[in-house]
Amino acid sequence: MILFFINVLLALAWAAVSGSFSELNLAFGFVLGMFALWLIREQVGTGGYIDRARKIISLALLFLYELAMSAIKVLIMVCRPKMNVKPGIIAYPLKVDRDFEITLLANLITLTPGTLSVDVSHDRRFLFVHAIDASDPDGTKQDIASGFERKIMEAFR
Amino acid sequence: MILATYFAGCLIIVGSVFALAAAIGIVRLPDVYSRMHAASKAGTMGSGLMMIALAFVADDLATATRALAGVVFFILTAPVSAHLLAKAAYAVGYRLWGKSVTDEMAEHD
Repeated sequence: MILFFINVLLALAWAAVSGSFSELNLAFGFVLGMFALWLIREQVGTGGYIDRARKIISLALLFLYELAMSAIKVLIMVCRPKMNVKPGIIAYPLKVDRDFEITLLANLITLTPGTLSVDVSHDRRFLFVHAIDASDPDGTKQDIASGFERKIMEAFR
Repeated sequence: MILATYFAGCLIIVGSVFALAAAIGIVRLPDVYSRMHAASKAGTMGSGLMMIALAFVADDLATATRALAGVVFFILTAPVSAHLLAKAAYAVGYRLWGKSVTDEMAEHD
């Protein structure tokens, strides 16, 4: 987090030196600052910051891709003359335990194909997920565990 | 500039198709939980695409950034409201559709 602020400061410094505070120049300064931090990764240990930024961006991209896929899936499903849905609620055993990680996972699950988070159990060990196709509960759990939950653990631990 | 207009037009058409799919889904799907699927996903996608189209053809940057901020807030809030509606529906005892295959939540409580 401190490194992020340093990066912002570097961007502001770049904007001051180059004499233009336009959005594009600030963004360029931010990328430049990130590059500078990357250069000193051996001495100061900023490599983890760059690595984490990359993982968070990859999580965001995965999220947008999954959102597009789920919207297309809903589109195809509702346009079929004979809808073949087997809905049901699945209890997903959580591996992440921090509040914001559970929140993030629940939100990501809601926006992915065929799943919607309904509730978290009181002891926070299970996330209840409504699936539009619950004919294979173990497969769905496997998908969540190897997809979003793994990405979240990579990005925030 | 003309290219941006065409691109924005395509985005608006695709976005409204998704919004239509969300509406059809709300009518056709069997219970409240399944309906939230259509409303939260296709609805977010539809309005998001239309706001991105607005950002493309907006004359000034302030409008464009506001449209993009709208997309971000839509993506942040849509799953939360879908989740809360589903949770509230379950809490007041709204049953799952009769042909649902599993309810592991009932076994846990």
